[in-house]
Amino acid sequence: MNLFKPALILSFAFLAVFGEATLFAPRSLLGAQIDLLPALMIYAALNADIVTLSLLAVFGGIWFDSLSANPLGVTILPLVVAGFPVYWQRDLILRGLPFAQLVLGAAASALVPLLTVLLLLNSGKSPLIGWGSLWQWLVMTAGGAVATPVIFALFEWFSHTLGYQPRTEMSFRSDREIHRGRK
Amino acid sequence: MFKQKNYLALGAVVFVAVVLLSLPTRATARLKLAVGSWFLPLFGLANAGQQLPADLADSVLPRRELLHQIDSLRRENQQLREQQIQAVAIARENDQLRNLLGWQKQAPWKLKPANVVMRDPANWWRTIQIDLGSRDGIQTNQPVLTAEGLAGRISSVGFVSSQVVLIGDPNCRVSALVENATHDIGVLVASGPLDTSLVELSYLASGANLKPGQNVLTSGLGGIFPKGIPIGKIVDAQAIEYGLATEARVKLNANLGALEQVWVLFK
Repeated sequence: MNLFKPALILSFAFLAVFGEATLFAPRSLLGAQIDLLPALMIYAALNADIVTLSLLAVFGGIWFDSLSANPLGVTILPLVVAGFPVYWQRDLILRGLPFAQLVLGAAASALVPLLTVLLLLNSGKSPLIGWGSLWQWLVMTAGGAVATPVIFALFEWFSHTLGYQPRTEMSFRSDREIHRGRK
Repeated sequence: MFKQKNYLALGAVVFVAVVLLSLPTRATARLKLAVGSWFLPLFGLANAGQQLPADLADSVLPRRELLHQIDSLRRENQQLREQQIQAVAIARENDQLRNLLGWQKQAPWKLKPANVVMRDPANWWRTIQIDLGSRDGIQTNQPVLTAEGLAGRISSVGFVSSQVVLIGDPNCRVSALVENATHDIGVLVASGPLDTSLVELSYLASGANLKPGQNVLTSGLGGIFPKGIPIGKIVDAQAIEYGLATEARVKLNANLGALEQVWVLFK
């Protein structure tokens, strides 16, 4: 089993969560922090196996919640809801098209914060929500949508540069060699 | 479409999530701190990376500029020393008066500086992490200040870092006193999710005499925040609940959106 892609996806998720906690610019400029985990779930759902997708949902959720005031594990289920249906339907999705990536990224980035807040409210927590949350939700959706094709391109480049390349088939086959001339 | 492997993976992930969510609060807090500590090497790297340009800039500062800075710092130091002498005299006088009246002596504040290492990645909480933990003597519910005023309180403590819940977060309620003739007391509660500089002062009496610009301080009620820490200034006030209560908006002195260094108060 080639562990390059799962390791790359999980490393990216780790760095993404770290970046969301330390980069203050999006929050001060746009009023909201953009979450890259839903976009990454879409990439993993369309390009990785089910084990990698599950690991991303579990570890991405735990990493995010450990740096946040969220209860530990609350982000896992929204990530599952965003990623698993796409994985099940991935043969019907034109995954190479940036527009398809953008739409899926927007849907996942809209769904994950919504479900997380619903879970928080359902578990008796009182997150900071108001009319301004609508703007934050729009920023997160748009940011995640734009980030998805970028993540696809970035992983494509990483896979091409650092990953094993498929062995190209040569046209020459020794069993089909035609010997000319007399023996 | 639904292979057995898919069901197994889905079941495993849901099982992990349910187990984590049903853990006791104490175990969850420990687990969160343990997982959060995985990021510490990256925080160290990020801090070093941020420090590098500043160090480079320092090394190329001209001598004249450095001498100018030393001169202005000396002058500032002199002024602060004079102020300190005055403050010590005032404190002594205050202690003597307290003794005469039989009031309890006020313990001086001890402050410990801390760096802000990260903010909450979720948009629906207002928390930060600082680089002081239990090894530095930090405990939960200690007040956290900036040079301008109150910032929040310690909500959870790890070995090397702690989480601070800031004013305006639903989990940080502060009993506050308005500096006016009637000394109206209210509670600072959660505000809107976008503007970190404004919070709401609720549970004020219906006849509260509030005017824009009046100072808001901690009242000392509640046992967490000592009395007299500046919080902010009244922006406006309005009657709510059919005139039975008053609610005011308070502009915070501390800029919570750009915190880099804070002070933890030891009582």
